[in-house]
Amino acid sequence: MKTSPFLIEPTPLQRVMFTVAVALLPGIVLHVGVYGIGLLLQLLLATATALLTEAICLKLRGRALQPALTDGSAVVTAWLLALCMPPLAAWWLVVLGTVVAIGLAKHAFGGLGQNTFNPGMVGFAVLIVSFPAQMARWGAPLVLPALDLSALDQIRLILAGALPPGVGFDAIASATPLDAVRTALRQGQMVPAILQSPQFGDIGGKGSEWIAAGWLAGGLLLWRQKLIPWQLPVGYLGAVVACSGLAHLLDAQQYASPLFQLSTGAVMLAAFFIVTDPVTAPTTPRGRLLFAALAGLLTWLIRSFGNYPDGVAFAVLIMNIAAPFIDQYTQPAVFGRKGAR
Amino acid sequence: MSVRQLHRFHGGVHPPEHKMASNGSRIEPAPLPPQLIIALSQHIGSPAEPLVAVGERVLKGQMIAQASGTLSAAVHASSSGTVLAIEPRPSAHPSGLAAPCIVIATDGEERWLERQPVPWRDWLAAGDVRAIRDYLRDMGVVGLGGAMFPSHLKLTGGALQTLVINGAECEPYISCDDRLMRERAGEIVAGIALLAELTQASEVLVGIEDNKPEAIEAMRLAAGGSAIDIVAVPTIYPSGGAKQLIRILTGKEVAAGVRSTDLGVQCFNVGTVYAAYRALEHGEPLISRIVTLTGTVAKPGNVEALLGTPLDFLLHHAGAHDEMEACIYGGPMMGFALPTLAAGLTKAGNCLLAKSQAILPRAPAEMPCIRCGACADACPAELQPMDLYWFARSKQFGRAQERNLFDCIECGACAYVCPSHIRLVDYYRYAKSEIWAAERDKQAADLARERHTFRQFRLERDKQEKAERLAARAAAAKQQAAGKAEAAAKTAQAATAVEQASAANASMPAGDTVAASKGAPSMDDKQAKIAAAMARAAARRAGTPATGDTPDPVLPSVAAAQNEPATPAPALTESAATPAGSDDAAALRAERIRQAMATAKARRTGTLAPPPADPKQQKREMEAARLAAMSVDERAALEAEKKAKIAAAMARVAAQRQGEETSAQRQSEDQPAQRGDEEKS
Repeated sequence: MKTSPFLIEPTPLQRVMFTVAVALLPGIVLHVGVYGIGLLLQLLLATATALLTEAICLKLRGRALQPALTDGSAVVTAWLLALCMPPLAAWWLVVLGTVVAIGLAKHAFGGLGQNTFNPGMVGFAVLIVSFPAQMARWGAPLVLPALDLSALDQIRLILAGALPPGVGFDAIASATPLDAVRTALRQGQMVPAILQSPQFGDIGGKGSEWIAAGWLAGGLLLWRQKLIPWQLPVGYLGAVVACSGLAHLLDAQQYASPLFQLSTGAVMLAAFFIVTDPVTAPTTPRGRLLFAALAGLLTWLIRSFGNYPDGVAFAVLIMNIAAPFIDQYTQPAVFGRKGAR
Repeated sequence: MSVRQLHRFHGGVHPPEHKMASNGSRIEPAPLPPQLIIALSQHIGSPAEPLVAVGERVLKGQMIAQASGTLSAAVHASSSGTVLAIEPRPSAHPSGLAAPCIVIATDGEERWLERQPVPWRDWLAAGDVRAIRDYLRDMGVVGLGGAMFPSHLKLTGGALQTLVINGAECEPYISCDDRLMRERAGEIVAGIALLAELTQASEVLVGIEDNKPEAIEAMRLAAGGSAIDIVAVPTIYPSGGAKQLIRILTGKEVAAGVRSTDLGVQCFNVGTVYAAYRALEHGEPLISRIVTLTGTVAKPGNVEALLGTPLDFLLHHAGAHDEMEACIYGGPMMGFALPTLAAGLTKAGNCLLAKSQAILPRAPAEMPCIRCGACADACPAELQPMDLYWFARSKQFGRAQERNLFDCIECGACAYVCPSHIRLVDYYRYAKSEIWAAERDKQAADLARERHTFRQFRLERDKQEKAERLAARAAAAKQQAAGKAEAAAKTAQAATAVEQASAANASMPAGDTVAASKGAPSMDDKQAKIAAAMARAAARRAGTPATGDTPDPVLPSVAAAQNEPATPAPALTESAATPAGSDDAAALRAERIRQAMATAKARRTGTLAPPPADPKQQKREMEAARLAAMSVDERAALEAEKKAKIAAAMARVAAQRQGEETSAQRQSEDQPAQRGDEEKS
């Protein structure tokens, strides 16, 4: 080292990734509490697949395995994908999704830092487009009076697709809150009536509101650690609240309240962990705000008027395309040149 | 106590300070080395010119090399002795390349040249700022904060709004300014008062980081009762950068390429203030400075060392360990690892930091950039470092420049915070040097083209001259035979020919003005010289027919065409426009033609304004134009040049056809050109 600076701050990349993983823990714990341990197996499968795919890709690209394999980025990608999966989905779904995420979305684009699209969301999008039925099969939350599967039964279901004898999937399944609302609306019911169903809690889906709170807690930790800029979550949540709030004010019979939107689906997870992926988001302050707000708008549009269980993945991917342009047109003025612009 | 409203600058970092190691003890004089290696380039600008010869005896404080040119400063013998050599020696520079030095074998007597204070107050009262500036230049006073900018150039003569004194010393490990302020506050304050008087500053602010409470206290004590405001500023790197400190204290932002004086602010380092004080009040040139010796050394601390003291001598004095793997010249954030320790101490040398793996561990391998933006949050210039890194890596230097690469002050805050340990500043240095190299190449190419054009012009001119001489001889014989009345009639006819030719040529100046504006300022000189040569040639030719009384229809048009565009300097244009006093009628005519040409030119360029009257303004405009649209400009210039050439050729043909007797008019026509030429030389 012959040139300045000779001093460096010891916050390596690994620690950044590690902190992100830690910040996910509260949400994961609550998720397991609500939906059972199926999620843990999904996380494990995704992690193993991600590391293996990463290693193979590095090998194929003629790169050194270290330190890329242990930088933690592949693990974070795998976790974000697994957290979007139905917890009882068959093992090959999450494996396939992870291979696509790491192999196609990350390494085919040049590896860490080079990818245009959020890898986890690419994996999820491929799955939901290719296997819509399987991806919609969510087990009922444990808080609902449905048939509860034992931990072992859950694992057997994921790995072998085998349910205990005499039990059909419908007995343990339940539509997600978002799906339930959408289906009921199509049948001509009104939102206030729909929300009376026992599946819904005080503000969102029973249980799902707790998970959302978990993501929020983790996200605030990341913000406190200065690992995510405030513009991204604020822009995203702000847009979701603004859009859904406006619609709710105009027609409360057809549109659920902003609080319902925030506490269901992947909105909270997206706001703090997905939209905030630095590689695929803009880097300018105004650009981040704009990017996140547009992603929030798209999320609300897709989940309100589209056919998919949630709008997060497509909203984020669409905005990923625009990130470089947003950066281009939102360059901040530099020191001493503020008046000139 | 100050209740001044401070301003924040964007970004900044707070690395561990490590100042305790060196700031606890008093400044000691460093021992006299057997040899002093005094670099001739210890300032920004041209190296000083040696005034002594090998073998000559010199006294302490004797000027051994004088400033050369405007941007330069003198260099002095730091001790008495004999000049041993004047030769290139390895320098205290990242490259370690040899640079001209004067080596003095010290005699141990430390015999001073007679010193006496100068009556600078009288000079100032007489309005002679120039004398004070020259004196500071000859005392070798330059910025001791590390930039080495000749201090005299900062005294512009105009009144300042705010004089900022930089005692921030924000780099880790360094404590030379801290100790200087603690121990010599009185002299610094006297120096500040002196500079305030020189710059007629309405307010004086001294910025000191709040991690130096003793220095702040000492300075407040010394400044008590005066109008000097000692301001404690938050400890955040790089608050000691002049731009950042000015921002903190005044809220003003000095953009890259803008002089702070234009905003009514000027900034001096405390060490520089001390040096200026010693020079003006005691007649002492700058021959020593305070250096922090720290890092892996047995006796960290500050010494007052003679300039030119070999660096290994200083490190040995401080007791450098074997673990020292490199020595950093300056601080850990902006200094550089010395390629050689054989160099002599320069005016920039504020710190020698003996580096070992234990105190400054090597950075781990670079990881990919994840665009986390930590660098942008840390950048005090408010750049987007991750984008600049991307552009530098992919060699998109133009885009890097568009994104204000040259606003980067290379403070290293971005690289300090980068979680991927990317050596960002290296990428910016690389991009900058590539851009500079490309600019040099472009200038060389422009110069070559210029020379080629001139050569073609010269060949053609020589050919014409030869033909004209032959024609002249034949015509002379014919004209002797012709009657006087006939000759007068012809004169009138020729006048119209000249006018027509000039009108045809009016298209040329516009084109060439563009050509001139595309070049860098240094190019203008070259162009002006070529133009002068052309004008001279024209004048010479004009002389020939005048004596020989020979018709020569081509010359006026060529002279007019070449003279006018080739005079971007307004002085020349003005003198050319002044009618020659001797021949009134002819001069008036010449003046009229010139005016017509100027109007035509203005009409062509679309701006009816005359050429800028202020050379400085013109230069600035040229610079702006060059920066704004370099490629477009170049293309336009080439096109204009081509057009001008065609126009000139057409004019020549027209004039040739028109007539053959224009001697009187031509003479007067060319006179201004001649005068302009003299002015130039």
